[in-house]
Amino acid sequence: MRLRSRSLVVGAVISATMVSVAGVSLAWTPYPPTAIDIVHKLAAPSPTHPFGTDHLGRDVLSMIMAGASSSLSVALIAVVVGAGLGVPLGAFAAARGGWIDDLTMRGCDLAFAFPALLTAVMITALAGPGAGNAMLAIGIFNIPVFARITRSAARQVWGRDFVLAARTAGRGDIGITVVHVLPNIAPVLVVQITIQFALAIVADAGLSYVGLGTQPPFPSWGRMLNDAQTFIWRAPLLAVFPGVAITLAVLGLNLLGDGLQDVLDPRLRRGR
Amino acid sequence: MLEVKDLGVALTMGGQSVPVLSGVSFVLDRGHSVGLVGESGSGKSMTALAIMGLLPPGARVSGRIVLDGRDLLALPEREMCAVRGRRIGMVFQEPMTALNPLQPIGAQVAEPLRVHFSVTRGQANARAKRLLERVGLGKISPHRYPHQLSGGQRQRVVIAAALACEPDFLVADEPTTALDVTVQAQILALLAELAAETGMGLLLITHDLGVVSQTVADVLVMYAGRVVERGPTAGVFGAMAHPYTHALFAARPSESGGRPVAIAGQVPDPLYRPPGCAFAPRCARVRDVCATMPPLIGVGAHACACFNPRIAA
Ligand SMILES: Nc1ncnc2c1ncn2[C@@H]1O[C@H](COP(=O)(O)OP(=O)(O)OP(=O)(O)O)[C@@H](O)[C@H]1O
Ligand SMILES: [Mg+2]
Repeated sequence: MRLRSRSLVVGAVISATMVSVAGVSLAWTPYPPTAIDIVHKLAAPSPTHPFGTDHLGRDVLSMIMAGASSSLSVALIAVVVGAGLGVPLGAFAAARGGWIDDLTMRGCDLAFAFPALLTAVMITALAGPGAGNAMLAIGIFNIPVFARITRSAARQVWGRDFVLAARTAGRGDIGITVVHVLPNIAPVLVVQITIQFALAIVADAGLSYVGLGTQPPFPSWGRMLNDAQTFIWRAPLLAVFPGVAITLAVLGLNLLGDGLQDVLDPRLRRGR
Repeated sequence: MLEVKDLGVALTMGGQSVPVLSGVSFVLDRGHSVGLVGESGSGKSMTALAIMGLLPPGARVSGRIVLDGRDLLALPEREMCAVRGRRIGMVFQEPMTALNPLQPIGAQVAEPLRVHFSVTRGQANARAKRLLERVGLGKISPHRYPHQLSGGQRQRVVIAAALACEPDFLVADEPTTALDVTVQAQILALLAELAAETGMGLLLITHDLGVVSQTVADVLVMYAGRVVERGPTAGVFGAMAHPYTHALFAARPSESGGRPVAIAGQVPDPLYRPPGCAFAPRCARVRDVCATMPPLIGVGAHACACFNPRIAA
């Protein structure tokens, strides 16, 4: 228990830091993250530029901060799209059962047959690069993930006696789903949301790395990694900062998910 | 009035349609009580679920279940939802699992009200509190969660919820089976008391003959999906005729300390029921004619389905 609650605290602190950094960057960064200053390019970290500058003399700290906001907003929208469509779809399949359920699950199987990141690359390549399309591409691949996990968790709840009791009280499928099924599967969903959020951050970094995500001049962690490649010998820190930012974000979310899983598990909670 | 007429249910098992219930008929009036008794697997719960319109998917139903002139079996699901909880309430066997672990008990007691009436949260809470008082849980806060209650208390919560909309009929499927003996008596007394007080008709399902003899006016003894003996409770117990009823009676744990005599053999699986009387393979009074289906015919004041009934002189 102690170990788990520690991962919850650490995860929550890291995640909250990420969110506040992203929030602050909207209002304030040490320098404008797009301001070019060729004279001071590739500067090492110093009091004036705590993380140094990149090959165009932009302040790396400001770029990391702004990158957090773009990365988190892409991931947020992607998860909202995925959960917003996937959860109702899975809940509906579980409530109806029969061929509707079969059809939905076969549809998910089909979606899983495509490698997610490759197809996201394809979608953004076809629909045009940019943060908006990256959100959609990643979001679409979150739909079957949420549909499937919602469905299987919901099926278990549908088999329980209190659902039958709710039926004898006259509740219909929608009422039972909202009042009884969703609250009972909420822990599973919350944990999945943190996992998908972390995956979405990685996917967004991947898309912007290959130039299909957030478009320059607006900074993104993936783009920064790509730019840093050229100067990896002269200024290795340029790759380290965005790399660490991505790793921290993913680590924080995963720890948060792990911790939440235990806090939200009603069986463990009941034991207390 | 709730009238079950020639109810039959067939379930699909392994692609095959298997009858689990046939020819079940009875009438339940308001202010009246009927008991269904029989061993495990005799079709008691199927009867209850058929009345509630909640048979498992793939079940085929025949016959009629008439509530105030409307055949419930012909009602669309939407209209059936308006009947459940409002006109007919139901209490389950397992109070441990019949409550949502994440909802306070007050909300669960008020659930049928919120489904069937547009009540405010305040009204629902007030009514839940009164209902909890009525079932003897006046000292328990409605904000408690099910896991903070004992089995008997939970069953009281389930009963309170079933009564929330003052239904005309209550179906109680083995409401005391999962409880301690002392608590059983309390819950039964409560049910009988509530039925008398509200005038609702009570369908009490149990495998315990003792429970039935104390609580209901009419009794149906079921075996392998059929009614084998039926009539006024006093009549059936005063002059029981079917060998199965006799066997059930001998098998009940008695207060006087007499050793219960278990019935040899088991209820036949619905897939492998004998063509005639389903009890024949376990019956000491079996005759050749038992290979055909015995009709339910009058023996004195009640009815029995047996070619060789055991009638006390
Ligand atoms: N979901 C189901 N699928 C298939 N068969 C079922 C199902 N539920 C019940 N049955 C079968 O239907 C028959 C009647 O079962 P039912 O549950 O009505 O018995 P019961 O009299 O209520 O017994 P108990 O005292 O154990 O509750 C049994 O033979 C059982 O095996
Ligand atoms: Mg049963």
